[in-house]
Amino acid sequence: MNALASEIVRDTSAVSAADLAKGGHFSGTIGDITTPDPRMVCREVNVWYGDKHAIKDVSLDIGNHQVVAMIGPSGCGKSTFLRCLNRMNDTIDGCRVRGSITLDGREIYDKGLDPVPLRAQVGMVFQKPNPFPKSIFENVAYGARIHGLTNSKAELDALVETSLRKAGLWNEVKDRLDQPGTGLSGGQQQRLCIARTIAVSPEVILMDEPCSALDPIATAIIEELIDELREHYSIAIVTHSMQQAARVSQRTAYFHLGDLVEVGETTQVFTNPRHKLTEDYITGRFG
Amino acid sequence: MNNPAPGASAPPPAPAARRTIDIVNASLKRRYAREARFRFMGAAAVFLGLLFVGVLFGDIVAKGYTAFAQTYIQVPVYFDSATLDPDGSRDPQVLANADYLGLVKASLRTLFPQVTGRAQQRALYALISAGAPQQLQTMVRQYPSVLGTTRDVWLIAGADVDMLVKGQIDRELPEADRRIKDSTLTLVDQLKTEGRIEQRFNTGFFTNGTSREPELAGIAGALAGTFYTLALTLLLSFPIGVGAALYLQEFAPKNRWTDLIEVNINNLAAVPSIVFGLLGLAVFINVFGVPRSTPLVGALVLALMTLPTIIIASRAALQSVPPSIREAALGVGASPLQTQFHHVLPLALPGIMTGAIIGMARALGESAPLLMIGMIAFIVDIPQGITDSATVLPVQIYLWADSPERGFVERTSAAILVLLGFMVVMNLAAVLLRRRFERRW
Ligand SMILES: Nc1ncnc2c1ncn2[C@@H]1O[C@H](COP(=O)(O)OP(=O)(O)O)[C@@H](O)[C@H]1O
Ligand SMILES: [Mg+2]
Repeated sequence: MNALASEIVRDTSAVSAADLAKGGHFSGTIGDITTPDPRMVCREVNVWYGDKHAIKDVSLDIGNHQVVAMIGPSGCGKSTFLRCLNRMNDTIDGCRVRGSITLDGREIYDKGLDPVPLRAQVGMVFQKPNPFPKSIFENVAYGARIHGLTNSKAELDALVETSLRKAGLWNEVKDRLDQPGTGLSGGQQQRLCIARTIAVSPEVILMDEPCSALDPIATAIIEELIDELREHYSIAIVTHSMQQAARVSQRTAYFHLGDLVEVGETTQVFTNPRHKLTEDYITGRFG
Repeated sequence: MNNPAPGASAPPPAPAARRTIDIVNASLKRRYAREARFRFMGAAAVFLGLLFVGVLFGDIVAKGYTAFAQTYIQVPVYFDSATLDPDGSRDPQVLANADYLGLVKASLRTLFPQVTGRAQQRALYALISAGAPQQLQTMVRQYPSVLGTTRDVWLIAGADVDMLVKGQIDRELPEADRRIKDSTLTLVDQLKTEGRIEQRFNTGFFTNGTSREPELAGIAGALAGTFYTLALTLLLSFPIGVGAALYLQEFAPKNRWTDLIEVNINNLAAVPSIVFGLLGLAVFINVFGVPRSTPLVGALVLALMTLPTIIIASRAALQSVPPSIREAALGVGASPLQTQFHHVLPLALPGIMTGAIIGMARALGESAPLLMIGMIAFIVDIPQGITDSATVLPVQIYLWADSPERGFVERTSAAILVLLGFMVVMNLAAVLLRRRFERRW
């Protein structure tokens, strides 16, 4: 396997990104797609938007208490893959998903599986902060309300407080919980969205470029937060910032035109990329 | 532009390649001129539009404002117990059936003893409206104590006197061309000098049903009919329209069938309203046996007519809710229905309501389809429910506009004013709603 892998490296190192774009000399993911303690296991996932093949045979594990970073040039399918993990793609007309994705051993694309509770288990934070145009309190309480997670007002208050604390927002908003969430700054809004997500106690949190609309200081706060959240949750994060991937993640997956090119320990991928495309990308030759 | 540097002798000609700023400056004048022309044309168009609206409104107001006043004539009436209540029983039944027309005539004869002869007397009686006996009857039934006394009573003037007092009959015309003859003129003049003629606010216009006599005709019946019809229209078309829009926009699969439905909804919005009337006649009245001329069948037809408007407006409003809100709700595990009802619908509601109000305003002004289903009948009684025969304001206007009497002309215009007032209020409400709930995300 290792010998084969290095064969491929040697093989593909001669292939430029442009060549790959033209017709694909891609011949399988390099690196270990598995982790010892996986939370979600994806095998040979394919996604089509109509005729467009957006994700091709991607296999990847999302480890327990681990942050997996997904990087790659724009349009390579990072978001698409991420949205497969909580069946958010179901809402897109013409989007088809094939392959196997399991959460704790259970196939999430099973006919009988209801995506509604799944999304409570696999929460999502979006690229642009999207708080509900309701109060800060209601934003955080909403998930608990619809799922009936709390039995009393006091419990709900406590849940909102702990969620906001975990999201590092409590001190900034505790005096104005009744004010609209949309009135917060961008970074605060994104942390509010994180609080909203963790209020329903998900097992996995998906983050799609959560800092791309934020300034550096807000970004730093959220990165710190992600590191703390790892203690309780498994996290898959899409980012276009390589520094961010390096800072917050333990494993990194590099996508290119719908293929998962390389997966590995973050330090390894950034210091010693094994695929020419990965190397080109992280050294900034394209992206 | 290419100014030579001061002091430079024989400046070198500008280089062939002019700087961008020079090119821009050169074209600037033309661009500004074009902009000024465009602005002028825009302002002129707005002015012209306002002018037309102003002329229209001015004309209607000028014709209609007099209808809000009504001429009254003060007549001393002797409520003779012997004729009105011969047994002295004060039985309401007897009092109701007494001869009040005779009472009016007798009072007028007492007031003008000089008028003799049948023709002259008929002219005398025409001074007072045919509604006067009703007025006296109401008075006696309410206050039986007037029996046996003489009271000065302000009676509604007849339509011709009303018109004369309002200056709408030209007394300079030769007698043959005038609706009021010279003899009547002298009577009116005498009443005037005695201070027995007065104009008062015309409450009857708002409390009476329609009538053959212009001075008695009011819009209460039409208003009630309009109210029942529109309320029911809203009740039917709003939930159905919003539901259909919600389903089509958010839940229905996008395929050839839904495309076909969408095209047809857009077509329906453009169908002439009278076609809906024909449909109502053929389906609701002839097939389902819904009683004709009623607000019920009117509302069914108008609901059909406003449905496409509401559906289209609602879909546009739903579409304008950013997808990020839906994703946010779905992302925490809200079901599609919860997503719609908790988040999308509240945000779309101002747009939906604006659409609904515009649809209702259109329904309010509609007469053509209602003619087809018999809401054009002459109905004096004020409808008490959705299954009573009724007419609506636009149809009432149409009916009055058809009447030759001068008195109906001013009432037509006054009714139009009332209708326009409602329209303005509804459109204002639409604008305010939009302002009030301006996008909050
Ligand atoms: N809703 C959609 N319909 C059709 N094509 C889509 C849709 N969303 C994404 N795509 C296409 O799928 C590919 C992957 O997109 P995406 O996952 O958003 O990339 P990334 O997040 O890596 O930038 C792109 O080529 C994009 O054009
Ligand atoms: Mg993306």
